[in-house]
Amino acid sequence: MNLKIALFGIAKEIVGQPELALNFPEGQPVHQLLEQLRTDYPALRQLSSLAVAVNNEYAEDTQLLQERDEIALIPPVSGG
Amino acid sequence: MIHIDLTDQPIDIAAALRSVEADGAGAINTFIGTVRNQSTGRPVVRLEYEAYDSMALHQLRKVAEQAAEKWPMVQKITVVHRKGTLYIGDVAVVVAVSTPHRAESFAACQYIIDTLKQVVTIWKKEFYQDGDVWVAAHP
Repeated sequence: MNLKIALFGIAKEIVGQPELALNFPEGQPVHQLLEQLRTDYPALRQLSSLAVAVNNEYAEDTQLLQERDEIALIPPVSGG
Repeated sequence: MIHIDLTDQPIDIAAALRSVEADGAGAINTFIGTVRNQSTGRPVVRLEYEAYDSMALHQLRKVAEQAAEKWPMVQKITVVHRKGTLYIGDVAVVVAVSTPHRAESFAACQYIIDTLKQVVTIWKKEFYQDGDVWVAAHP
């Protein structure tokens, strides 16, 4: 399936674009996506945290991803 | 009862305070976060806040709702966060809470700003004379 992943902050800088289109096996969990992204972009491993959001909620590592999910990569937040 | 906003315009502090006025409220507590001129000893020239808007609004509301659950006597809550380019002294965030008595509005206000900084999808980039850094990105 094709996933679109929205990128923000330093994750956007590391990947070099605001959105990533990725071919990803159907029904895989969030931690597999993180593993693949960290392999493709090793600088992501240097961040103090990296989360995945699905449909505006923080996702658990074991949550399974679906093609129509709104997915975003969340580097350490620093609002306020 | 809960008012949330994310804006690229200067925050109107007086309007935020008015929005939490309530007949049952004997206390209004406000936190105002402003841009300071240095960070870990380096002079800061300006900041840029980048937001994942839909999730930031959703998470801001969730944090405010959690506060209203923890302190059921809360009358009204307003949270306004700025995005875009800010300079020294600019207001980055306003949290305002009204409650019948002061203890709860202090507590709820602190809970909201502390939790906001942990979960809300807004990122701050500090610009110095000689470079820039995404805050909190690296250990």
